[in-house]
Amino acid sequence: MITTNELEERNATVGHSDTLLELKDVKKHFPIKTGFLQKNVGQVKAVDGISFSIKKGETLGIVGESGCGKSTAGRTLIRLYEPTDGKIIFKGKDISHLSEAELRKDVRKDIQMIFQDPFASLNPRKTLRSIIREPLDTHNLYKGKERDEKVEELLEKVGLDASFINRYPHEFSGGQRQRIGIARALALHPEMIIADEAVSALDVSIQAQIINLMEDLQEEFGLTYMFISHDLSVVRHISDRVGVMYLGKMMELAAKKEIYSNPLHPYTQALLSAVPVPRKKGVAKRERIILKGELPSPANPPAGCVFHTRCPAAFDLCRQVVPDFQEVKDNHFVACHLYK
Amino acid sequence: MAKINLAENPSPSLELHGIKTTRDTMLQIVARKFFRNKLAVIGGIFLIVIISAALLAPVIAPYSPEKQKLLEKLSVPSREHLLGTDRFGRDIFSRLLYGARISLLVGFASVLGSITIGTFLGAIAGYVGGIVDALIMRFVDIILSIPSIFLLITLVTIFKPGVDKLILIFALLGWTTTARLVRGEFLSLRSREFVLASKTIGTKTHKIIFSHILPNAMGPIIVSATLSIGYVILAESGLSYLGLGIQPPVASWGNMLQDAQNFTILLNSWWYPLGPGLMILLTVVCFNFVGDGLRDALDPKINE
Repeated sequence: MITTNELEERNATVGHSDTLLELKDVKKHFPIKTGFLQKNVGQVKAVDGISFSIKKGETLGIVGESGCGKSTAGRTLIRLYEPTDGKIIFKGKDISHLSEAELRKDVRKDIQMIFQDPFASLNPRKTLRSIIREPLDTHNLYKGKERDEKVEELLEKVGLDASFINRYPHEFSGGQRQRIGIARALALHPEMIIADEAVSALDVSIQAQIINLMEDLQEEFGLTYMFISHDLSVVRHISDRVGVMYLGKMMELAAKKEIYSNPLHPYTQALLSAVPVPRKKGVAKRERIILKGELPSPANPPAGCVFHTRCPAAFDLCRQVVPDFQEVKDNHFVACHLYK
Repeated sequence: MAKINLAENPSPSLELHGIKTTRDTMLQIVARKFFRNKLAVIGGIFLIVIISAALLAPVIAPYSPEKQKLLEKLSVPSREHLLGTDRFGRDIFSRLLYGARISLLVGFASVLGSITIGTFLGAIAGYVGGIVDALIMRFVDIILSIPSIFLLITLVTIFKPGVDKLILIFALLGWTTTARLVRGEFLSLRSREFVLASKTIGTKTHKIIFSHILPNAMGPIIVSATLSIGYVILAESGLSYLGLGIQPPVASWGNMLQDAQNFTILLNSWWYPLGPGLMILLTVVCFNFVGDGLRDALDPKINE
């Protein structure tokens, strides 16, 4: 575990260090096709123009409800999905249109991913050896016996016994499997890891173990994390900065302390008011902001601000004009007409 | 006595040293799991017996399969004719042995062909998706909508019946079910997280298909293959019924069963249809047992 002092120190250095990854108005629209000729009848706007940057060594948390596009954003930025529009700039290079071969050469080694479901993210027919060796084989790292030694070393690094090397994934529990997934992601010594709901499928006690492991590894290897989750408490624990997404758009982005103590966007306020907190006797009951209505369909998002249909503070302008995502305070970005 | 026993059985403490510390290879595990499945082993042994009997037919068969003894026609099973004789006095046992060669060859070869075509096209349709998928699947629909029996008759009439033509025709018509099956498997497997993980690593597409997707789609493919072998053996007998299958006097299980489908024979000479009928039944059942056993043995999620 990292002490608070160290964390603050890290945050301070983060402020000066350079940008590792930058997204500029990235869009990912999934076409809805139908019929024999695969005619295009509409689009699901899963990610509809998001811009942010991730600095080297920091942890950026992305929160939002199911279907807000946070996973799609993660998968698009490592080019598992082809971006519909926008630019993805990694280490100063635009990777949004690179071919698969170019990606393999320049990008794949540096950005890895940890997946949500530890039971679906490991091929049930492969031993741990071949699962963790796959990245080493693909990029031709190490030779002969060294590769297996490296696999054993990685297993130990994530807190598993090296003698498990010939076993199959089904012999392990969810938490252990997630460790295997982390070992595979670490094999290439990436600079950045995208954790897509990496602890959501685990028990609370196991979540803590995995998060501690991720923090330890971040310290040891200087990793940069993009931590996607719907769990505000987990994100609060691990992140340096937090971004809030709603219906394919980034609503608010600020340093962790700032966003949890001084949320600006009505949506962020509503989200945070939903986090359960233990209440002391005598302390006034905290006010809950209950959102009305349902999440609109991303195939047919509302005009103007996508949140206006459920926003308690919406006024005429919100229904017509899309608010810009702008910096209203130092390093505090928000997309809302209330702040100009 | 006592001394000999001691020499043969080392003390239990010595056995402890023999305990293996390393884990077995994949092949050893698969073999052990397969051999623990009794039905699969019985099926496997029976198939081996049939196949070796078919290969050794000239050695084993007591008579020539085409030698007619009209005086002894439709004689009951006896020491001379183990399974009796048919309508021309030919030894049924000898004919079954030679017939096995043809039936198994047609079954194996055409299923091998149709599974290969079906897996290949199904994999492309499922993995690539979009317009390619639509085209391949509509092609499948077209083939399925043609009544296969008429197409078979037409083709056999054009190309003249023969073992090679039969294999070709069954292979070219039988792949559609496999293609649909494989497409479905690929469609669901390609978006699974372990496939996405391989993409993130940068694994090449052909490697993702062959080492991640295909092994996980093997179960349904094996089951479909073992079922098809039975279907093809029966279909060949159907063609024989129309006189378009294996041409007499060459024996196949199909045309023997066909020959026995005559009211008087069924009523008075029960042993004639029994031989080929039982062989077809047993072979199909055994293939299914072996297929099930293989599928389970290859799946690491099913414990030993």
